Amino acid sequence: MTTTGTPVDNGVNVEFLLGARGLLTDTPDAAKFQWRATCEWQNGTHSTSTVEGFFGLGEEQKHRTLRSFDADHPEIFASEDNGVTPVEYVLVALASCLTAGVAAVAQNREIQLRSVSATIEGAMDVRGILGVDSDVRNGYNDIKVTYNIDADASPDDIKALVAQSQKRSAVYDIITNPTNVNVEVV
Amino acid sequence: MRTTAVVIGAGQSGLAMSRCLSARSIEHVVLERCEVANSWRKERWDSLRLLTPNWQCRLPGQAYDGPDPDGFMTMPEVADFITEYAKFIAAPVMCGVTVTSVRRFEDGYLVSSDQGEWRCKVVVLATGAFNVPVVPSFASALPSSLTTLTPMDYRNANELPEGPVMVVGASATGVQIATEVRRSGREVTLSVGEHVRGPRTYRGRDIHWWMEGAGVLDERYDEVDDIVRARRVPSMQLAGSDERATFDLNALTSIGIRLVGRLAGINEGRAQFSGSLRNKCELADLKLGRLLNALDEWATSNGLDDSVPPPYRFEPTAVDPSPPLGLDLTSGEIETIIWATGFRPDYSWLDVEVLDNKGMIRHEGGVVESPGMYLLGTPFLRRRKSSFIDGARVDAEDLIGQLSGYLDNCA
Repeated sequence: MTTTGTPVDNGVNVEFLLGARGLLTDTPDAAKFQWRATCEWQNGTHSTSTVEGFFGLGEEQKHRTLRSFDADHPEIFASEDNGVTPVEYVLVALASCLTAGVAAVAQNREIQLRSVSATIEGAMDVRGILGVDSDVRNGYNDIKVTYNIDADASPDDIKALVAQSQKRSAVYDIITNPTNVNVEVV
Repeated sequence: MRTTAVVIGAGQSGLAMSRCLSARSIEHVVLERCEVANSWRKERWDSLRLLTPNWQCRLPGQAYDGPDPDGFMTMPEVADFITEYAKFIAAPVMCGVTVTSVRRFEDGYLVSSDQGEWRCKVVVLATGAFNVPVVPSFASALPSSLTTLTPMDYRNANELPEGPVMVVGASATGVQIATEVRRSGREVTLSVGEHVRGPRTYRGRDIHWWMEGAGVLDERYDEVDDIVRARRVPSMQLAGSDERATFDLNALTSIGIRLVGRLAGINEGRAQFSGSLRNKCELADLKLGRLLNALDEWATSNGLDDSVPPPYRFEPTAVDPSPPLGLDLTSGEIETIIWATGFRPDYSWLDVEVLDNKGMIRHEGGVVESPGMYLLGTPFLRRRKSSFIDGARVDAEDLIGQLSGYLDNCA
């Protein structure tokens, strides 16, 4: 809990989120979202993905602007390194999802944040993707996230922020639990 | 037949309400499908003891007065305690009456059963919250070579096939069964999702003594932040035993039980576990820390620090840094699965539109949306202890006021 008299402001509109939660309890269909991206091959391992539209609250929605993301592999894989690797995007997704969650939970618990930084490391044995050893998985075998948080709260309350953020994180769930993936060619 | 109130279910909740109705001279009948305290008698495993100490077994007008107030009743003892209570209060129980339907009728209800019909002004639902074991939908994808049981089927470890066992779920039921099966010499894997850690004793006293004293068990449904969530919180990892042993995950791993993450799916004969085990344990450790802080504050502010040993903290839950994310269920590494994944109530006989989209009754502290209908004995109905015997006592005493007020308004 904050000890100062000023209201806690982490820039998160918790009233809106709580209101949305109440509303969507009664109208579960509006809670059905679809997130989308498109991907265009450029050359070699370089591709450009774009994100703009999505579906939610019962209708088509749009981001403020279309954004694009280049992905490639580094030069040590004989690629041109025109962008970060797809697996690094996964780390970015996890770190940004957990960090957004920390801010939201802190706001809800009336904890003022002063700084939040995270380092995220994913350990991977690339013999999997290179097909050297079929017993080695393609993906990460371990992901480690380290948070450094300065806030008006006890160490245990700060740990609880990070723990609750994991509990409510979409990307954390996507990574830690299986998901059916259907890839089709049309 | 006509009466003022029909109470469905003769467990602690239905009988507590019967006693309150009698005290106000409200004519009623208690309908019971089998015999008094049937679930305690027939639907629990052999070694189960009550989670709450004997001194906390209180019903309206009667409390435990036996020789072992700090002990924990066996299931036959609980059933006898409740049966004695039914006799003591001369409850108008009709046994062997299975209710087949409850529907609105005129200004009250029509309760149909295999033994006839009752017309009444008021219905009290006291059929319990733990009627049907909940098993995840992907259970149907399990290899047929496995033996599967629910806690309702499980009686003791001797009845299990030889070979390794996986217990799914780490609330009170899961940790107790996992421990018992491990002690039978079998390899045991415990799949752990969200759970509530609790020590049996703290600073020399039972955890229920602390939680009652500090008001945790009496916290009301209209005082908590999120009652929907509070009603779904799993039971604390507790067991009643002569040794007053703690059944947290550290106790389980110390006897060789292997922990894995929440069972997330079955794919081509492989169990898939969530990678969230560490966070689930951290959440439970932090929550226990907050509980103990609150108990210590209560002790200090009530001048108890000289009469109990000083505060201490429990070791954090030890978790393997990379627990297995999958298990082959066709290789013999697991022979039996026990689903300790919770229970749900059975309202299939209830023909009044009061269920929400999860199949639970819509109510406000036990006052059901349909006028003249009341609910008892479900988790956090009116307070944190609502699903305990002692909760039935206070909840019935609360609700009788509203019930009789309703009848007065009808008259």
